[in-house]
Amino acid sequence: MAAVLSAPSPLTATLPEDVVLRAEDLHTHFIVGERAAKSVDGVTLTVRRGETLAVVGESGSGKSVTSLSIMRLLAHPGRIVRGKILYRMRDGTVVDLATLPEKRMRAIRGKEIAMIFQEPMTSLNPLYTVGDQIMEMIRLHEPVSRHEARQRARQMLELVEIPAAEKRLDQYPHEMSGGMRQRVMIALALSCNPALLIADEPTTALDVTIQAQILDLMRRLQRDIGMSILFITHNLGVVAEIAHEVAVMYAGRVVEQAPVEALFARPRHPYTKGLLACIPNPERDRAADGARLMLNPIPGNVPSVLNLPPGCTYAPRCPLVEPRCEGEAPGLVPAGPGHLSRCFRHELL
Amino acid sequence: MTRYILQRLLGMLAVMFTVVTIVFIIVRIAPGDPAAVMLGPDATPADIAALRTRLGLDQPLVVQYLFFLGQLIKGDLGQSIFLDMPVTRALAERAEPTFFLTLFSILIASAIALPVGILSAYKRGTLFDQTVTTFAMFAASIPSFWLGLVLIQVFAVRLGWFPVAGYGGPDASFLTRLSHLVLPAVALGVVSSALITRFTRASMLDVLNDDYVRTARSKGMGEFRVVMKHAFKNALIPVLTVIGLTAALLVSGAVVTETVFSLPGVGNLVVSAVLRRDYPVIQGALLVIAAIYVLINFGIDMLYILIDPRVRY
Repeated sequence: MAAVLSAPSPLTATLPEDVVLRAEDLHTHFIVGERAAKSVDGVTLTVRRGETLAVVGESGSGKSVTSLSIMRLLAHPGRIVRGKILYRMRDGTVVDLATLPEKRMRAIRGKEIAMIFQEPMTSLNPLYTVGDQIMEMIRLHEPVSRHEARQRARQMLELVEIPAAEKRLDQYPHEMSGGMRQRVMIALALSCNPALLIADEPTTALDVTIQAQILDLMRRLQRDIGMSILFITHNLGVVAEIAHEVAVMYAGRVVEQAPVEALFARPRHPYTKGLLACIPNPERDRAADGARLMLNPIPGNVPSVLNLPPGCTYAPRCPLVEPRCEGEAPGLVPAGPGHLSRCFRHELL
Repeated sequence: MTRYILQRLLGMLAVMFTVVTIVFIIVRIAPGDPAAVMLGPDATPADIAALRTRLGLDQPLVVQYLFFLGQLIKGDLGQSIFLDMPVTRALAERAEPTFFLTLFSILIASAIALPVGILSAYKRGTLFDQTVTTFAMFAASIPSFWLGLVLIQVFAVRLGWFPVAGYGGPDASFLTRLSHLVLPAVALGVVSSALITRFTRASMLDVLNDDYVRTARSKGMGEFRVVMKHAFKNALIPVLTVIGLTAALLVSGAVVTETVFSLPGVGNLVVSAVLRRDYPVIQGALLVIAAIYVLINFGIDMLYILIDPRVRY
């Protein structure tokens, strides 16, 4: 294994120095018999060092499956069928997570890339104390004594601003609130000082006030620790709060990636534009009678991953659709500085 | 936690009191006059009446009941009519084979059922899983006495590896006595393993998809540790319940197995007592079996405390 690590990786050259993770043309399908649900069907996205990439999309757009693919935690029968997931380890070598042997993958999970999940109420094991669960993570990856691990676990709880950390170590998850448990999950995820944190809708299940606290905490931790974050959400308000870059997903593909200001200022894909228009705006959306707010939903539905349209997957709902959109799938092309769009007609936007 | 234990203890007492009352009533309403049965067909009505007075059977039921309760509290289950000894001593002498038979059966059943059930859930839908499910259904429908007879035929009669029946002579060493239990314990264990396997599989299937199992994997641990430490411990509560109930059933089910294998256990004692209308022995054995049932359940409830912190509060 040491030999493998020290050998110059042919992949190292392919990833720019400031990029931690790059998924290239990633395809993750759930194959049952003859049918394949193409949950992730050609995702390309880039996470830069010390930055937060928000992945936005509706339910079923493939954003969670993308994150589980990166962690290689796909439930059966999900499988990465094509594409690369290039990851730069802390020692500088670049590996392809899509094909890494499971044994080496285990050394990466938790240590290099950690993950927090949507459901703080059920993501911790109810039968072990919070301290035991954090200590387990530390001792899985580092040769420290129980005592040292406990000290570290306490420091982690303090880092995520849990009061009376020493006492909390010996408590069970059911003795804590949802917000507190999500803090514990963050402490757990960060306990081995990962280079990349994947947060899959970490605030969706929380009250708005708690949500704001958790986002604040994550922002502060990122500044202090310098880790990169892949933040999965369906909430554009959260994106504006936390992200440096945004990747918008639709039907298993990234349709646009851009710095957050550029994306909000001038979306270069009709789907992103539609999404932004869905956010209620009291000034803009006043109805003719001046009393009610009009909502602007995108017409139509997300296509089934079992039966994707042959051309652009957004074509059936797109206001800018032209004949070639239905026959040919557009590639992800530059549409401005650091701005990528998967639309033939992005110049019109 | 103290409250939980007190609740269980009170529940246990209530169940035992109910059992005692029901046993008392059942024995009294069973057809046949114990005094007449004891004295045989040649007894005169005067003899029968005298014996009824001596046994207290001429008293009103309430008085008999209170007397029965009083004796019970003193640990006195009465005198066997045929064995010429107190019921407690008759039971104690036959406790050993029943105890070890139950213990070994449940150990064999668990040793088969837990790994097979866990693996079957982990590999759900595979050929292994389907084979296990089929075999479990098959094993559950085998009567243990039939399996017992087959085992005797093959391993005792043909191969001569184990004794055919009995529990060794009065001077037999402990190991010899235990060797008599191998075949019956296997028969009971295999049959009981079916139910425990299915419960283990179902319970594991429930927890394997839980979020904390995914969290455990995301920490970078191996699958064995994920499955055993994080999933199985959570699946254990329903499994323990079923193991406890199975053990309790084995104690009462010993009646049949002990007869097939001619083991001088509690079950055998009950059968002969029933045939001879030895009421005090029947009554005592019923109470002891019920008490074991209740105690096993209490033990399982206490194990919950060790496993699940949420029970402690």
